Amino acid sequence: MYNPQLDADGKLKHLLTIEGLPKKILTQILDTAETFVGVAERDIKKVPLLRGKTVCNIFFENSTRTRTTFEIAAKRLSADVINLNVGTSSQSKGETILDTVDNLIAMHADMFVVRHGQSGAAHFIAQHVPDNISVINAGDGRHAHPTQGLLDVFTVRRYKPEMHNLRVALVGDVLHSRVARSEIHALTTLGVPEVRVIAPKTLLPAGVEKLGVQVFHDMKAGLRDVDVIMMLRLQNERMSGALLPSAQEYFKTFGLTQEKLEFAKPDAIVMHPGPMNRGVEIDSSVADGHQSVILPQVTFGIAVRMAVMAILAGGQSSGGSTGGSA
Amino acid sequence: MQLPDPEALLTDITARIQAQLAANGPSNSALVGIHSGGVWLMQRILKSIKQDVAYGTLDAALYRDDYAQRGLKAEPKPSQIPFDVQDKHIILIDDIFYTGRTTRAAMNELFDYGRPASVTLAVLINRGGAELPILPNIVGAEILLKPHQSLQLSQDTKGKLHLSLETN
Repeated sequence: MYNPQLDADGKLKHLLTIEGLPKKILTQILDTAETFVGVAERDIKKVPLLRGKTVCNIFFENSTRTRTTFEIAAKRLSADVINLNVGTSSQSKGETILDTVDNLIAMHADMFVVRHGQSGAAHFIAQHVPDNISVINAGDGRHAHPTQGLLDVFTVRRYKPEMHNLRVALVGDVLHSRVARSEIHALTTLGVPEVRVIAPKTLLPAGVEKLGVQVFHDMKAGLRDVDVIMMLRLQNERMSGALLPSAQEYFKTFGLTQEKLEFAKPDAIVMHPGPMNRGVEIDSSVADGHQSVILPQVTFGIAVRMAVMAILAGGQSSGGSTGGSA
Repeated sequence: MQLPDPEALLTDITARIQAQLAANGPSNSALVGIHSGGVWLMQRILKSIKQDVAYGTLDAALYRDDYAQRGLKAEPKPSQIPFDVQDKHIILIDDIFYTGRTTRAAMNELFDYGRPASVTLAVLINRGGAELPILPNIVGAEILLKPHQSLQLSQDTKGKLHLSLETN
């Protein structure tokens, strides 16, 4: 099957979605990210890999946190970073996406990190750019947010290395979440045998079972004996129409409280992609509790994004290789 | 070509590394193995010197000068330097010395952890062909090889070292 993310040798060329990525590449990204975790703990938190390269963050939709973590990741790889909030810039003057991209290509950008409200925007740009430019999808509509999915499975693997023996529950707004799809694909590809989704019927996409998950509408049954709880954010800004009675009602049924957490295994970890709505999908005592790994997720997010950029940018120049192994 | 016994070479460089440690003071020194062969050697050296000395490992993949041509290798190993590099006498350990580019990358990485008092390079074999003004200080054996030849150190399941020569 043609996969626009891979080059002719099967190496990663763009990162657009986790869907269809072979296990080998997922593992390569996670293993590479391990080497970058330590970089942040050094005196000099930079490695020279992307020295002289220009990474362009093109955000057609605002997301300060995602943009910041990509920016830090690129800077720790010694790249130069340009941030474009296109929503507030040329597009409001009528420029098309491809015109914007063409202008950045003309400025000799080497990598694009793209965030867009429409599903497929990153694919569209990846098909348009010349061979020497890589595109990373930083979230497109309801479709995918691959680096978030990768950092979540990286976190799972760090705390629960026995992936083949895990029960993972995703809780909340699966319908509007681009993270949920990315996570489900990554977890099943890496061999997690049981992935559950727990949500009200109105917040589940039709045919969600086809992704290979078990569906629950009740926290008590759904959380029983799980090792990992991945909370999803209630996407207020994407919520059109009355899918839920109220935030309070939602919290009562699906919000993660200490009492509901006790249905899971005693050593279960609690994750959340942020930003959190405290008191809506998660109680403060759980978010700040000892089972929470929400802040480590942020730290690992930088290492995972560094790994993706380092894998994409390497081996691009056409010069012959010289030298041996030592 | 008759290859030397790597176990004998290891005994030889271990004695010289031990002398170096004694000269600089073990508490001011640290051993750093370069993945993967250098790490095997370092572990064997630590076992036989029976001395309390700080140690760490480097991969140096993030500092290599051939990244633009070759990209990252598929299975990078994390570098681990769990001691303060500042003012330490560092003995870098690698298996085969060839172009000197790995040593350069490893030194660049090491200096991002701090400023060592000195860096010494110990290798099992110098196969000739340095492309940089870098040479090992402690060498088990010198074997001059052609560019199309490839010398590899391996470790069997019992931990015994083996050398193999391939001609491409």
